Amino acid sequence: MNWITNYVRPRINSIFSRREIPENLWSKCDSCGTMLFHREISDNLNVCTNCGHHMNITPRDRFHALFDGGVFSEISVPEPVNDPLHFRDQKRYPERMRAAQKATGEKEAMLVARGEIGRTPIVAAAQDFTFMAGSMGMYVGNAIIAGIEEAVRLGRPFVLFSAAGGARMQEGILSLMQMPRSTVAIQMLREAGLPYIVVLTHPTTGGVTASYAMLGDVQIAEPGSLICFAGPRVIEQTIREKLPEGFQRAEYLLEHGMLDRVTDRRELREELIVILRMLMQLPPATWGDLPPPGPEELPEDGAADQVQAAPNPALEDAPRKE
Amino acid sequence: MTHYLDFEKPLAEIEGKAEELRAMARGNEDMDVETEASALDKKASDMLRELYSKLTPWRKCQVARHPERPHCKDYIDALFDEWTPLAGDRGFSDDHAVMGGLARFNDRPVMVIGHEKGHDTQSRLTHNFGMARPEGYRKAIRLMEMADRFGLPVISLVDTPGAYPGKGAEERGQSEAIARSTEKCLQIKVPLLSIIIGEGGSGGAVAFATANRVAMLEHSVYSVISPEGCASILWKDSNKMREAAEALRLTAQDLLRLGVADRVIPEPRGGAHRAPTEAISAVGNTISSMLAELDEVPRDQIVATRRSKFLRMGAHGLDG
Ligand SMILES: [Zn+2]
Repeated sequence: MNWITNYVRPRINSIFSRREIPENLWSKCDSCGTMLFHREISDNLNVCTNCGHHMNITPRDRFHALFDGGVFSEISVPEPVNDPLHFRDQKRYPERMRAAQKATGEKEAMLVARGEIGRTPIVAAAQDFTFMAGSMGMYVGNAIIAGIEEAVRLGRPFVLFSAAGGARMQEGILSLMQMPRSTVAIQMLREAGLPYIVVLTHPTTGGVTASYAMLGDVQIAEPGSLICFAGPRVIEQTIREKLPEGFQRAEYLLEHGMLDRVTDRRELREELIVILRMLMQLPPATWGDLPPPGPEELPEDGAADQVQAAPNPALEDAPRKE
Repeated sequence: MTHYLDFEKPLAEIEGKAEELRAMARGNEDMDVETEASALDKKASDMLRELYSKLTPWRKCQVARHPERPHCKDYIDALFDEWTPLAGDRGFSDDHAVMGGLARFNDRPVMVIGHEKGHDTQSRLTHNFGMARPEGYRKAIRLMEMADRFGLPVISLVDTPGAYPGKGAEERGQSEAIARSTEKCLQIKVPLLSIIIGEGGSGGAVAFATANRVAMLEHSVYSVISPEGCASILWKDSNKMREAAEALRLTAQDLLRLGVADRVIPEPRGGAHRAPTEAISAVGNTISSMLAELDEVPRDQIVATRRSKFLRMGAHGLDG
């Protein structure tokens, strides 16, 4: 079990009445409307404790929960040309970028890292839907290529968590070219005989679905995720009829043969460990609390990688089993 | 009957006037209208050159979508011999939005794949306006695999508003089909060359155009999203398509600067639809010279050079 998710939840609910809790400590589940204590949500990997609805989780939070001990090394991504088309809609593209960077505290829409999960060394990439709808531009392409190059260099599997509204329109045709670019990287991974696992999260649409997010050896999706090429609204406008309930949701795709599995986020880590260890011809994982990861996961001397040792305040004071 | 685009209205008036004069003269032998009519012809011709020498990006989109523009089948009929269409994805159906088959180009056997839009109401419906379903991409994958097995170069003719946004298409895995088709383009060990003859609509175009060489007709466009779609998302107003077309840099000229297109094929004055034979033959010459270029590349380097071309793509923006 992942010790981050495996501790007693604070019983704070019964101590304070709602009125006394500052507004910002509570959130409403988008699906069932239940008011949830922030820590309760983050302890549960942003899955509603009442209805199981999967809310957005940032790549950084996901990686903290995914990697052993919350420890991972970020892989640096080559910087693409800034605003290659001098794109301007109602705002300039660089302005939109700065706003997204300020709002998320991240540089771009994808985080790539190496680390271990259940003592299985992997390279993982996660797309950030909160950063300009996770849209795929040159940076995301570079991130996938950098991640896969690292995976090939180290002989590790590559796990990708997708979340995107599609291509980054502000990079025009160059965003579209990330479809073939990312595909070239995946072919390099395949040729090295390394597994590629895709975890599709809500929502994954457009050019992202029509390229790297559909090319995994194993395709897993989080429950309820919208996964499509054309969005439901576009289709309804085209065919002029109402779409059935659950159309283009993960469960629907599973039924139509487009996915291998639909897996609850809280069980995903274990499932990835099980699958990856089999594909990598490794012995079964030892379940239980593990000592901290070995030195190979710590940054190399002089490397630009940065270690993230669980700085998430929500996790700092979590009781830890020894 | 010429179909005039909105920006060609003044031209339509002049050409109409010349036509009218000549029609009048046919009913009256004493009338000499030829001097006046030729003056109008000259004026129209100058105007046409002027209009088409500086088409805005939105106007290029309109020209690229012109109903009388030569389509895939017109190129196939004129440029290839022994055209033998091959049908079906072997799984579900045959998609008429995608044409594919064996043919000879200058006696040389090749595989041809392309989007066909159709030319009248009936054929447009049959070909679904060039919008492919998963079966279209799966047929293309099958044909690319066959070409690869038998060492035939693949020539793709791209002309699609985009992949079809339909219920069945989504159910049967539109995304997966496009992703696999793009992947196949990158895998085949035979030369793959692509011509954007009209519209290169997003993923639906990438699935065929991930090629060793990509040529674009002078007034063709290739874009991540339609200007209308982009306008409705970023401007919240689909009538801002002119602004969106401008911002997206979707013209052949911009794509050449960005390194996405390898060459631009000049069109006859007033666009390919005004002189289809001329446009088609220019495309034929380009295919011929691109094939020759790729024959210079050792076969075992075809995949590697195609891959590195795409890996490097976008390393510089419009500024070079
Ligand atoms: Zn809920």
